[in-house]
Amino acid sequence: MDHLSVSYGGRPALSDVTWRAAPGLTAIIGPNGAGKSTLLKAILGLVPHTGSVRFFGGATLDQVRLRVGYLPQRQAVDWDFPASALDVVAMARRPHSRWWGPLPRAQREAARAALAEVGLAELADRPIGQLSGGQQQRVFLARTLAQGADLLLMDEPLAAVDAATEQTIIAILKRLAAEGRSVIAVHHDLSTVPQMFEHALLLNGRVVAAGPVREVLTPALIAATYGTVLPA
Amino acid sequence: MSWGHNTLVVMAGCALLGVAAGAVGCFALLRGRALLADAIGHAALPGVVVAALIGALLGSDPRALPPLLFGGALAGAAGLWCVQRLGASGRIRQDAAIAVVIAGFYALGVVGLSVVQAWPAAAQAGLEGFILGQAAALTAADAWAAGGLALVCVAAVLALFHPLALLCFDPDFARGLGLPAARLDAALLGLVLLVCIAGLQAVGLVLVVALLVLPAATARLLVRRLQGMFALSCGIGAISAMIGVALSAARQGLPTGASVVLAGSLLFALALLWRRFRG
Repeated sequence: MDHLSVSYGGRPALSDVTWRAAPGLTAIIGPNGAGKSTLLKAILGLVPHTGSVRFFGGATLDQVRLRVGYLPQRQAVDWDFPASALDVVAMARRPHSRWWGPLPRAQREAARAALAEVGLAELADRPIGQLSGGQQQRVFLARTLAQGADLLLMDEPLAAVDAATEQTIIAILKRLAAEGRSVIAVHHDLSTVPQMFEHALLLNGRVVAAGPVREVLTPALIAATYGTVLPA
Repeated sequence: MSWGHNTLVVMAGCALLGVAAGAVGCFALLRGRALLADAIGHAALPGVVVAALIGALLGSDPRALPPLLFGGALAGAAGLWCVQRLGASGRIRQDAAIAVVIAGFYALGVVGLSVVQAWPAAAQAGLEGFILGQAAALTAADAWAAGGLALVCVAAVLALFHPLALLCFDPDFARGLGLPAARLDAALLGLVLLVCIAGLQAVGLVLVVALLVLPAATARLLVRRLQGMFALSCGIGAISAMIGVALSAARQGLPTGASVVLAGSLLFALALLWRRFRG
């Protein structure tokens, strides 16, 4: 992306972000209000921005919509919505078939397979409001997987989940990377960045640093990002 | 009102209106747009008044319904536009914007009404009926029109069912998939406007919001999936209309529109009790 800037009501949230994502697993790191979620939304065209974003070596968003998957923050939606876990995952198969009428069997099976992959096969028919927080997060991940995207943008995929869910999600992220897909995830737990991600983008309204984790996750750059020295 | 052919006509008209409102209300509720129906209803009054004034000036039949409803629809749309603009400006919140529009447009309508009453030609239009409704005055032609409305609303909602569902559940994800969120929202609001204006004559502008909200909210308490909620919402809309019309037919002087809404409220309360005892 080149010179990407976003502002809300005249207040700049991101200014002049120029960054080229590397293939594989990338963490976006920064303090609260650094514009991490905003950056994902700007990449997806969900918030007005200036500057340009290109995908897979030059394509515009409209040319590659379905190859770009999005996992919003779990709190961003109404979990009291009348739907089963399978209903939610099946939403991501709609663009692959048709938007009206019942979902064709093959698409439904694809959604079921994605649910099985996150370990929720037996909860397919459970109303989403009756799932635990970790299970809801896994339903969200299954929906993103079901889309079959090559670039996955995830907003805090590990926020407030139990240990089992965390292990499941980490394993899936590694498998995605092994398949040649790229994941860009907003992540808040600095201590787990090195074991999970290959690259990192340090963000605080602007790009502080970007590159391989071992090069950019240094005390000096972290201090520059958070504006304070964190205990090692 | 007493039982007879006329009661059946009113019952059919109100039931079909209930189906239309139940279908649209299901998604209006899930998208958090329920209160906009209240804004549309109240904002319609000055439009109805102006339409009656123009009709009187032109010397046309003051009782003709279509021009009055058209005026109401224009003013309702203007009210919606004001809510959107006020909300988007970021200066006041959406709930305050809705309250301002409801109060401002309604006050304008009431003042206009008092002016119109002094004008014999326009006074015959019976505009006060739009405030609390005059379902008993529904004609066979009105019932047919309600049938057409129900058909249009159910067909439109069924055609847009899955895109609307995704938009209601997760708007950002829907936009990420490339769904035209703004146009879907506009279509939903268009249907809400249509139902509100159609409901003006039957239940009146004060209670029209209940037609959209009560069946959907009741259905939400009873089922756990959207398909079931939609079907049940349409059914409850029809049934509460029939109960309400029967109530007002059984007892002289009971206003029909309010009886319909009261029946819907009772069904909602029953659903709430059922949910509580079922745990």
